[in-house]
Amino acid sequence: MDFIGVLADAFRSALGPSAAAFAIATVGLNVHYGYTGLLNFGHVAFLMVGAYGTAITVDQGAPLWAGALVGVAAAVVLGLAFGLPTLRLRADYLAIVTIASGEVLRTIVRSGGKDSLTHGVFGIQRFADDFFDLNPFPDGRYGWGKFAFSERQLWVLTVGWTVLILVTWFVGHAIRSPWGRVLRAIREDEDAARSLGKNVFAYKLQSLVLGGAIGALAGILIAIERQSVNPDSYLPVGTFTAYALLILGGAGANLGPALGSIVYWFVIEFTNGVLNEGIAHGWIPTSVIDTTDVGAVRFMLVGLALMLLMIFRPQGILGKREEVLLDAR
Amino acid sequence: MARRLWFLALAIAIVLVLNAPAFAQNDPSSTTLPAGGGSAITGQLLDGDDNPVPDVEILVEQDGPEIGRAISGADGFFRIAVPAAGTYQVTLIVDTLPDGVALRDESLATLSRVRVREGLEKPVRFLLGEGAGSGVSTIEQFANLTSDGLRLGLILSVASIGLSLIFGVTGLTNFAHGELVTFGALVAYFASTSAAGPGLPLILAALVATAFGGAFGFAHERLLFRPLRRRRSGNVALIVVTIGLGLFLRNFYLLVFDGSPRPFDEYTVQRGLDLGLISPRAKDLAIIAVALAVLLAYGIALRRTRLGTAMRAVADDRDLAESSGIDVERVILVTWSGGGALAALGGVLVGLSDTVQFDMGFGLLLPMFAAVIVGGLGTAYGPLVGGVLIGLVSQLSTYWLSPKYRIGVALAVLIIAVLLRPQGILGRRERIT
Repeated sequence: MDFIGVLADAFRSALGPSAAAFAIATVGLNVHYGYTGLLNFGHVAFLMVGAYGTAITVDQGAPLWAGALVGVAAAVVLGLAFGLPTLRLRADYLAIVTIASGEVLRTIVRSGGKDSLTHGVFGIQRFADDFFDLNPFPDGRYGWGKFAFSERQLWVLTVGWTVLILVTWFVGHAIRSPWGRVLRAIREDEDAARSLGKNVFAYKLQSLVLGGAIGALAGILIAIERQSVNPDSYLPVGTFTAYALLILGGAGANLGPALGSIVYWFVIEFTNGVLNEGIAHGWIPTSVIDTTDVGAVRFMLVGLALMLLMIFRPQGILGKREEVLLDAR
Repeated sequence: MARRLWFLALAIAIVLVLNAPAFAQNDPSSTTLPAGGGSAITGQLLDGDDNPVPDVEILVEQDGPEIGRAISGADGFFRIAVPAAGTYQVTLIVDTLPDGVALRDESLATLSRVRVREGLEKPVRFLLGEGAGSGVSTIEQFANLTSDGLRLGLILSVASIGLSLIFGVTGLTNFAHGELVTFGALVAYFASTSAAGPGLPLILAALVATAFGGAFGFAHERLLFRPLRRRRSGNVALIVVTIGLGLFLRNFYLLVFDGSPRPFDEYTVQRGLDLGLISPRAKDLAIIAVALAVLLAYGIALRRTRLGTAMRAVADDRDLAESSGIDVERVILVTWSGGGALAALGGVLVGLSDTVQFDMGFGLLLPMFAAVIVGGLGTAYGPLVGGVLIGLVSQLSTYWLSPKYRIGVALAVLIIAVLLRPQGILGRRERIT
């Protein structure tokens, strides 16, 4: 068994563009769920409007930086549209309405024809050449042996991790400010915050918009890395994955998303590698699992991890137990 | 007109039969193996009214290279021999469909994981419906959509009773409820259709599935949710647990059942009956009758039995019910079992009406939420009202909109309902604040 190879793949995945992008998306979710206690189950919709805002703008002839601005602006609008009607509702209603709104939005994006603005199921490709033209790294492979990135990947993940550090730093400061203390007060006891004269609704809305804009940055990064957007990349399972790695890292902990994402991608890629190697060498009989089933096993593990973590260690790796065992409303 | 069509079909069939040997020689790809032996992919193309659709090209590939092609005959049948057991991709060439016939779901033009076993014929199914330009009158279309919507709505009601009642008695919003629905369909598929199963008739298999669904709901409560309630887990934590449970079960189903949709082996091909305005299939009438009978029994049980009264009391005010001597934990257990059984039965009905697939329940989850919220989350009769309403509205919308918007319409109704009347039609205001 090529153990070193599997390990190298796992490390590459843990530091790769997907891990960086998911970490950024989860920083946004942490603002919603970890700090404010909002059960947003439509987070993937923020990634989608970010990605599509960028891709459509470039597709219509504008430069990429303008596209990215449009993407973030679209997420702000979506945050207001999600929040204004639903933030007065209880947690489970908010969860249902956000997941439903995300699916309605995806259906609309998906339903256009090839010539429509969104290109329907065909999606939009090759809109991020501006980004790769700026790549300062010369062609080549960077790394050691199997643990190596191409110059394009290196450029994407340099930008990705930089953005992650910036948003983590920004959110950390915002949460320690008086504004952030109100958010956490709302998470602990909404009525108490209200009785102190705080406009709970306005704070929740600001939290939703901020987290959504951060989610859009993640969506833009993923879209640029793949040079492609497609409505079927934004299924609800994306949101659930973000929850899994947020709870793994520690909801309400500032470094939780980054750590959760790194550990998550390492474990997932490592399991994938071990399963594939096991099947290739015949240690796992193909009557039990074959290579096409590995994806299913991955999501089974995600689901199981989500359940077991929530039951036995709801604070994850970095969180505080007394902060996450609240019955948010 | 119908008679002339029959003659035409007969003529085409005769020509095909006479030409069959020559055809096989001219086109080696259509029969790579001697007919009758070896593995093959077969199927019959039927339009929305279950009339055969001839002259449509079907293509089989295996991860790129083409394995074979066939053209559906006058009876709509096609058969493509494949060299060995394995996983194939089967594509319906949409351009070859006649005018007025289209795929019901355009994304299913290619069935990407059709698994064929050694020496067996693997049936595949493409769901066809009406495309533009079919010659049915407006009133008939409306009547048919209404009866379809009623069927869909009643199935939705049966499947979502558990969702509403479990919320009512425990306050839990179960995002894994769809997996209870899929479970029922899978058990029925195993019991009736699967080669490894006992091969029961579907009616018996449905009873078995309902019983297993009840046991599955029982297990949910005893092994997972009762212990968690004892540990005083918060509402939000429990919702996240149900998300994880749903993800786990759904992918477990994918592992054991594979990705491709499959019909039950009975009642698959049924011609529409001519009942004046509407032309339902016999099984549609059976589905409506079963659903109505179950809902009636449910209503009577809730009204007339002690347990039903206790259930309503717990849903109404748990503390008050407990202090008046009701064994709340037992009521919750019964609710989980009953809800699981009804969800499983709903799954069998969906499978009968459509096909069985590993994520069919997850696809129904949001419409079920729509049904119970529109009807009134936690109320006893809310799912009935909400389910029928959602079924009718989403089905009737296809008169104006493309069917691909159907689920979007159901969810739009949900969102509007939450904004205008979050307690639902039958709910009371204080539940939701």
